[in-house]
Amino acid sequence: MQKPFAITLNPGSSLANHTGSWRTARPVYLDRLPPCNNQCPAGEDIQGWLFHAESGSYEAAWRHLTRDNPFAAIMGRVCYHTCESACNRGKIDEAVGINSVERFLGDEAIKRGWKFAAPAQESGKKVLIVGAGPSGMSAAYHLRKLGHAVTVMDAGPFMGGMMRFGIPKYRLPREVLDAEMQRIVDLGVTVKLNSKVDNILEQMKSASLGGPFDAAFLAVGAHIGKRAMIPSGDAAKIVDAISVLRSMEGEDKPMLGRRVVVYGGGNTAIDVARSVKRMGAEPIIVYRRTRDKAPAHDFEIEEALQEGVMVKWLSTIKQAGDHQITIEKMALDDKGFPQPTGEFETLEADSVVLALGQDVDLGLLNGVPGLEVTKDGVVKVGADLMTGHPGIFAGGDMVPAERNVTVAVGHGKKAAKHIDAWLSRTTYAPPPKHEVAQFEKLNPWYYADAPKTVRPMLDIIRRQSTFEEVQGGLDEGNALFEARRCLSCGNCFECDNCYGVCPDNAVIKLGPGKRFQFNYDYCKGCGMCVAECPCGAIKMEAEEI
Amino acid sequence: MSALQTVKFYQTGTFTVGNRLLAQEDRSVQANMQRTNSLNSGHRACQGCGEALGARYAIDAAMNATNRQLIAANATGCLEVFSTPYPETSWQIPWIHSLFGNTAAVATGIAAAIKVKKQKGQGQDVRVVAQGGDGGTTDIGFGCLSGMFERNDDVLYICYDNGGYMNTGVQRSSATPSAARTATTMPLGPEPGNPFGQGKFVPAIAMAHEIPYVATATVADLRDLENKVTKAMSLRGARYIHILVPCPLGWGTASQDTIKMARLAKETGIFPVFEAEFGEVKSALAIRRPLPVEDYLRPQKRFAHLFGKNPAVATIARIQAQADKNIRRYGLLSKEAA
Repeated sequence: MQKPFAITLNPGSSLANHTGSWRTARPVYLDRLPPCNNQCPAGEDIQGWLFHAESGSYEAAWRHLTRDNPFAAIMGRVCYHTCESACNRGKIDEAVGINSVERFLGDEAIKRGWKFAAPAQESGKKVLIVGAGPSGMSAAYHLRKLGHAVTVMDAGPFMGGMMRFGIPKYRLPREVLDAEMQRIVDLGVTVKLNSKVDNILEQMKSASLGGPFDAAFLAVGAHIGKRAMIPSGDAAKIVDAISVLRSMEGEDKPMLGRRVVVYGGGNTAIDVARSVKRMGAEPIIVYRRTRDKAPAHDFEIEEALQEGVMVKWLSTIKQAGDHQITIEKMALDDKGFPQPTGEFETLEADSVVLALGQDVDLGLLNGVPGLEVTKDGVVKVGADLMTGHPGIFAGGDMVPAERNVTVAVGHGKKAAKHIDAWLSRTTYAPPPKHEVAQFEKLNPWYYADAPKTVRPMLDIIRRQSTFEEVQGGLDEGNALFEARRCLSCGNCFECDNCYGVCPDNAVIKLGPGKRFQFNYDYCKGCGMCVAECPCGAIKMEAEEI
Repeated sequence: MSALQTVKFYQTGTFTVGNRLLAQEDRSVQANMQRTNSLNSGHRACQGCGEALGARYAIDAAMNATNRQLIAANATGCLEVFSTPYPETSWQIPWIHSLFGNTAAVATGIAAAIKVKKQKGQGQDVRVVAQGGDGGTTDIGFGCLSGMFERNDDVLYICYDNGGYMNTGVQRSSATPSAARTATTMPLGPEPGNPFGQGKFVPAIAMAHEIPYVATATVADLRDLENKVTKAMSLRGARYIHILVPCPLGWGTASQDTIKMARLAKETGIFPVFEAEFGEVKSALAIRRPLPVEDYLRPQKRFAHLFGKNPAVATIARIQAQADKNIRRYGLLSKEAA
């Protein structure tokens, strides 16, 4: 080729120069576990469903959510959302209102009549579930989705268990509960109400209610109110909290009088106090320790105080008589335990409601070989939630665990996976967890300032006098705003930062939904993509040289 | 900027490069899978080079704004050296290397030639960009640049300011900041580093020429940078954009911190980000999270002598005073700055 003067080489592209050879460390894409997901007792992929909600794809978000938990509308009301305490956004302004978006999605699902898809094929296996509460119905949902024939038996007249007989209406309206229960029945789950199981082994063998069954999941809950020895006169009216809450559901409201003393500092005590307040009574909570030591959630105590519930902290009931009780003042010792002081006080009281915790009715397990009960009166289970008797699993309040709806729902899902494996004589091993996306892995500069949207609260007068729901929901605009506050910790949300900030054009954008890929021929390993990734979805790894 | 502020995307605002929730027309040029990649892979800039990044941001935006009808003239300097070692080139646009000092004049000539061709009915409207580092712009090429300004030639001149002659071994330029250590400033003595009271801020000089458009930008604010280049290409006459491009080599910073350093320069007020038309400041990019200059100085080895056992408190205070002056002069903390 004829070349101009002093030119000896043909022009070429710098693509011939593979600058990747300079690199001593390489960037690698990864998914880290968002702290909310890590925290969720029901194992929800919160970041995953918020991702769909952010673009307004609410049905996709709800379907993603219900892969793990079928009760979005219930959760959005009664879950104590520890996910929000773990949320990294809390370190920037305020945690994402995960719970309120969940409720919005659940309410949308009810409003729009979204249904679960039927199982792709039938397994031919039969599973008996005892207890139609959160744990039992969650297990029923997951097992049915896996193609098993599921029969749920419950001693009570309605589905929902403690969600109905333990949680007051003002926190969980019954039409919401009914809608989410019915959706599981519609999936093809058989539910037998008013059917107490007296002997689990016989019931499993019996053909009378659809058996024999290949496996069973027990989730009978804890319904027996704990008693305390309180010296009392004949005229003193002493009842337990669970029966009070249960009787709220029926026609015959409990007769407790005007001044009602509630003994205990847990969420049940608060629920009773707030419920009797709504019936026109004057509740006083008596608790032996201080507010910060009380097991009830602080926001519930706060809401109760707002509604006019009185509390006597550091007090025990010494004696209950006719229309009055004697309480003793307590003082905390060095270890934080309450000790009596010898100071007494008399309170007017028409009745005393004991909210001191609940025990499990284990009657149905009599004579089951291999089964073990702990000294706390709950059933011992393995990591797979199977009891000592092969094929019988248990979960919810009747096994050793924190007692709340979300934990129970999580047990239902976990048990379903292990039961499914057990039915095919295999074992289920959960996939390894990714490392948690700590706040330090994020680059918070990229997130715009957007404080949390607060849900409307019902007027205080209406809260004191009616059982209307206290907390309202978000509307669509708010829910979208709230969803978009998610930082997507540890999971690429395709913000294009790595693609943009690479000085060497060594990031290949693969297109919507497909994320990115590094071109290691040219990546010099400067680490800018890692530093500027908002959500911590890239890390540097040393090259082997 | 006001158009961007109406976008209600709370997850990342418009700070990130891309955003899947924005309408296509609101997305950045750099987020586009079909961006020009004017400065392609394989160039020999250092790891984490701010200038390579700034050049691709600016020229891709100019290509996008001109429907890819663009010619670039390039002064001698890092950008030219690392992008075009004979016989290779990283440029995917018509590109000419001039001398160190005459880029503005070469660009003027190209613009004149295009004008004549158009008058003769040949060829289409092709736009011209001249680009160089701070050495080629504020020192060596300053005469040609000033001439281009005063004649109001139809050229956008882009200066990539990294504060020194970096590829030849980090020598001082008239854009080197006060107190920064270079190979040609006092290494020792009572006041080591670049003396106070020397150097110049060329954007202010460009404004004094009362040309149609002058702007500053950094590689930390991509959307702002792209908007300014796009706006500049919508105008005719002499235009000047001065982009702060941190240099890991010359500043002594980690390669992954290039964008972070540019962000700190803007957030401390050390580098004011604004735009001006016909000699008047029209808007400034507000400081989002005000920081003391120390946060900007401390990570840089060229300022290491200010810290250590006996921190040069007085010197740091003088630099803080420079930042405070910028904040006052350009209204960087006012609510109106956006």
